Amino acid sequence: MRLRYLLPVAALFALVLLFTYGLRHDPREVPSPLIGKPAPDFALRVLGTDEPYVRDQLLGRPLLVNFWASWCAGCQVEHPFLMELSRRGVEIVGIDYKDVDADGLRWLARHGNPYRSLVADPQGRAGLDWGVYGVPETFVLDAQGVIVHKHIGPLDEAAWQAHIAPLMAAGTPGAAGGRR
Amino acid sequence: MGRRGVDRVVAAGAGLLLMAWTMAWAEPTPVADDALLPQQAQRYQALVNELRCLVCQNQSIADSNAPLAADLRDQVRSQILAGRTDAEITDYVTARYGDFVLYRPPFKPATWLLWLGPFALLLVGLGVAGVFVARRAHRTPAAAPDPERLRRLLDEESR
Repeated sequence: MRLRYLLPVAALFALVLLFTYGLRHDPREVPSPLIGKPAPDFALRVLGTDEPYVRDQLLGRPLLVNFWASWCAGCQVEHPFLMELSRRGVEIVGIDYKDVDADGLRWLARHGNPYRSLVADPQGRAGLDWGVYGVPETFVLDAQGVIVHKHIGPLDEAAWQAHIAPLMAAGTPGAAGGRR
Repeated sequence: MGRRGVDRVVAAGAGLLLMAWTMAWAEPTPVADDALLPQQAQRYQALVNELRCLVCQNQSIADSNAPLAADLRDQVRSQILAGRTDAEITDYVTARYGDFVLYRPPFKPATWLLWLGPFALLLVGLGVAGVFVARRAHRTPAAAPDPERLRRLLDEESR
């Protein structure tokens, strides 16, 4: 008999839990089907030049591939943290997405350049193949060029520590304790 | 026709022209499907209405003005022209953006709950209703009161 009254309360409680969980879930973060797959091929050029830059130049060491643009507000939010990562010796390849070369270079001159390599993707073709739908987006690649993680939106220390640092350490023998 | 009449016609004509001009501006961004054959254009329309835009997530790429939606529309169009099938085109998009872009996601373990959930809930609801109705039907009607005993009880009360 008592169960009869407790049941609706329990059901309500379960719904509250379910909805709280739902609220924490950001629908804008669409999981990428590319995780665990080789990074899509591309043939672009170095920002501000005609020098080609191709996918295979990403191979050989774990690194971050960061899609950004001078017109992107979130990139400005993220920028100081990328500068910090570059000071820590993390290799970041910057792909200037749907941008004018001159604007991208001016933006970097003003805010500083955290990128080891700079690539121009003015038409967003590589962005389309990589499944980019809003900058900034950051891909973590292992030494074999496989995408092991994707971060959507501005990268920060919390996300770095929680998801990316362990992956980068696992891919670099000797770094941050090395792999065991 | 007098001078005023001519003026009126000219004014009306100018007004119509102005309206046509503003209407031309109000037209949505033209989707360039001039090169598509009627049947290809039909496939194009069906596809762009089935694909979700990732930037404004509750719009299809047909409705969205986001640059990414325009890029995807161009892809759909050029792939139709290149002779790709509808399945090949949706595969192209889902390989990059996942099943999320499909307004009708495929039936697979990850989407079982999505597809079957409503029917499961319906079954649960029917079950609860069934139990409720069955209990009601089995409830024995109250025995007819014994008039002798009733009178006795009432008599005791009024004493």
